Amino acid sequence: MKVSVWRGDALGSLQTFEVPRFPSQTVLDVVTHIQRHLDPTLAYRYACRVGMCGSCAMTVNGQPRWTCRTHVDRVAKNETLEVRPLRNLPVIRDLVTDMRTFFDKWQRAGGHFDGRSTKADDFARIAPESAERKSIDAGIECIGCGVCYAACDVVKWNPDYLGPAALNRAWTLVADSRDTDSARLRAVAGDAGCHACHTHMSCTERCPKHISPTAGIAGLKRAVAKAEIDGKL
Amino acid sequence: MNHRSETALWIAQRASAALLALCVTVHLVTIVYAVRGGLTAAEIFARTRGSVGWLAFYTLFVLAVAVHAPIGLRPVLAEWLGWRGKSREVFVLAFGVLLAWIGLRAVLAVFA
Amino acid sequence: MKTVALIHRLSGVALALFLPLHFWALGQGLQLDAFLRWTEQPLVKLSEWGIVVLLAAHLGGGLRVLAIEFLGWHEWHKSLAAIAAAIVVGAGLAFALAL
Repeated sequence: MKVSVWRGDALGSLQTFEVPRFPSQTVLDVVTHIQRHLDPTLAYRYACRVGMCGSCAMTVNGQPRWTCRTHVDRVAKNETLEVRPLRNLPVIRDLVTDMRTFFDKWQRAGGHFDGRSTKADDFARIAPESAERKSIDAGIECIGCGVCYAACDVVKWNPDYLGPAALNRAWTLVADSRDTDSARLRAVAGDAGCHACHTHMSCTERCPKHISPTAGIAGLKRAVAKAEIDGKL
Repeated sequence: MNHRSETALWIAQRASAALLALCVTVHLVTIVYAVRGGLTAAEIFARTRGSVGWLAFYTLFVLAVAVHAPIGLRPVLAEWLGWRGKSREVFVLAFGVLLAWIGLRAVLAVFA
Repeated sequence: MKTVALIHRLSGVALALFLPLHFWALGQGLQLDAFLRWTEQPLVKLSEWGIVVLLAAHLGGGLRVLAIEFLGWHEWHKSLAAIAAAIVVGAGLAFALAL
């Protein structure tokens, strides 16, 4: 089968390889075959190769996906494949992107837990079936793979936009009654924050962990509005 | 724009949206009924001219539009035309004022 | 979903451009007969039908946004798209019949 792979940086181009077809072949298998047998200079990332780490995320036939969990049978059109690096991120080389902006935005959104209790305090009591915990659980499994960020139109249109992953993580903390960071709501409001989300839901549609960042961002919109009305923003 | 004013704009946009959902439905139903229901022009205008109720309704409608449309255009200008900063805010505000002005003129022409 | 959101945006922009004309025309204060004769023109009828379709499309898309942001509808996006489409078609037909 013919596989077109992006080579070079942003000013690069597609290079076509002829790759043997095997049953149960994944796109990661294909890329690995190219690097090992056809062109050792091909740069790409992977680690676990079993759908747990998110390192192998690339754009396959126009859609951001985990290549280790993408069977060629399901995505190849007329026995052709096109593999490009994730969108919305600078390309270092070939299929490898520079993810620093992605993680910087995570920090800017206040994406870390800020608790104040000490070992002298009793345990926090959070019922697993409570609305608070269920809402957090729905968004907590994010592994920072960048697929949602690559899928998002607003990230493409607005360079400052914090993006679905960072905002979704911020939501899991805003919703957590144990967290004490009051500055986070200010950090996630505004046209670089939750208010820039136009509910296209590309993030929700593409997330390999079936998280809905749209839901988390909607939660942020409500929390921010409430804080503004209460004079606490 | 700081986070507080962005939040205020978001609230105003959703509030005006909810109000407009009602107003637009009433407006469309009324128009379709008036056109299909065979009301003569004289009958329509007899009901609208001098009607305080309809005047109040359409004044509210126009004001909601004058809030909703400019706030809606704002992100489109930034995201698709790259227009950000103070001049965009001035333009958007001016557009709202224009809509309110010609909208209220229309309301007076039809209902007063 | 992206398509519904884009239709919502494009119909909003079209309305923002169209409504000032709509307001201006109504504000001309035409006398009754002249006004009615004017509304019989095909271009005017077509424009008014256009506004109705745009309004219905924008309203449908807007209800979807409100449902996602306030009612937490995340799994039901396909139903929401259907609602949006239904409103557009319904309003368009209703007004087309009325013309």
